[in-house]
Amino acid sequence: MNTCTKRIREIASALLEKKEVEKVIGFATGTIPMASNPIVVTSKQDVEKLVFNSTCGLNLANYIRNHKGKIAVIAKGCDARNIVTHVIENQADREKLHIIGVPCSGMIDKNKVASLFKDDIVEFIEDGDTATIKSATKEETINKKDYLRHNCSLCTHKNPVIYDDLACDEGEEQSLEIPYPDVDAIQSLDANAKWQHFQELTKNCIRCYSCRNARPLCYCPTCFVDEAGPQWVGKGQDETDVNTFHFLRAFHCAGRCTDCGACVEACPMDINVRDFTRKLNKDSFELFGWEAGLDTTRRPPLDSYSPDDPNDFIK
Amino acid sequence: MGNLLEHMGIERDRVHFSWISSAEAIKFVDIVKEISEKVRALGPNTKLVKEYNE
Repeated sequence: MNTCTKRIREIASALLEKKEVEKVIGFATGTIPMASNPIVVTSKQDVEKLVFNSTCGLNLANYIRNHKGKIAVIAKGCDARNIVTHVIENQADREKLHIIGVPCSGMIDKNKVASLFKDDIVEFIEDGDTATIKSATKEETINKKDYLRHNCSLCTHKNPVIYDDLACDEGEEQSLEIPYPDVDAIQSLDANAKWQHFQELTKNCIRCYSCRNARPLCYCPTCFVDEAGPQWVGKGQDETDVNTFHFLRAFHCAGRCTDCGACVEACPMDINVRDFTRKLNKDSFELFGWEAGLDTTRRPPLDSYSPDDPNDFIK
Repeated sequence: MGNLLEHMGIERDRVHFSWISSAEAIKFVDIVKEISEKVRALGPNTKLVKEYNE
């Protein structure tokens, strides 16, 4: 067991024992290798189920809404930024949250790991910077750094921005010379090639809305895709409807997305839906100097007006 | 929004944003002329179009 998991369990156990919080939201080992799932722990004996490793790719900020009592939540860098976004958007009360911050060293890209094997992976064991993965026919030891998810390899906020307790020591943040290489690559294409790129990207979309459900930004009681009167977008597999869904889904995240990668993690068809949201993150940064979820006192750019806002687009 | 549409491959000149008062008839005419010219130069749009078979 890593020291981080040990610390998380100690903190959670103490909080529950003192009845400071009603429940602790964290990660538990899933039923298949490399898939940790969210868990709500309410009693001390269940604390042993809590884990933290490099397969905790979902975003726990998604589970902090609509609780009556005080709760504790495990937060990686990106989770913490989404918690800030929740506080700004009045979806969570900071007073009723006990944030157990976990400086994160990045999450594993499951598809990249799976591509090393022809058969199913049966075991995934981590040891510091390396991980040993077994299938029925072979065993591989990898350096975790080489198998990080794309968003984690470009992450510049791995340490939580707000927390009440810290489960392990903060790491050094990386600074990137080119923070958005993927966006730049698409931007360099001509209009038809861009369109073709996104057609290829979304052609396998089955409209399951896992991306919407997995990420903490979507909490509307009725999503625009589920609305029937008026029906904003068709519900079938028509490519225009699929594109409209992805376009609007992304735009609703403008200035709010923390690039946590939960949407891609949840996608059963392995669509990199971040190709849409990353463009908006880049624009937010370049036009408004804004990165989501860093400050509980500032409103997001599309939520506030300033005379200095860029106005070139309007005539 | 225009930026994201452009990123997806919808040409920037197809989407225009303006604020025109009901008293600004001349501005309205000028902008509609300008938009028409720009869109005509691009030709018919084939992207993000849904066809109904009735």
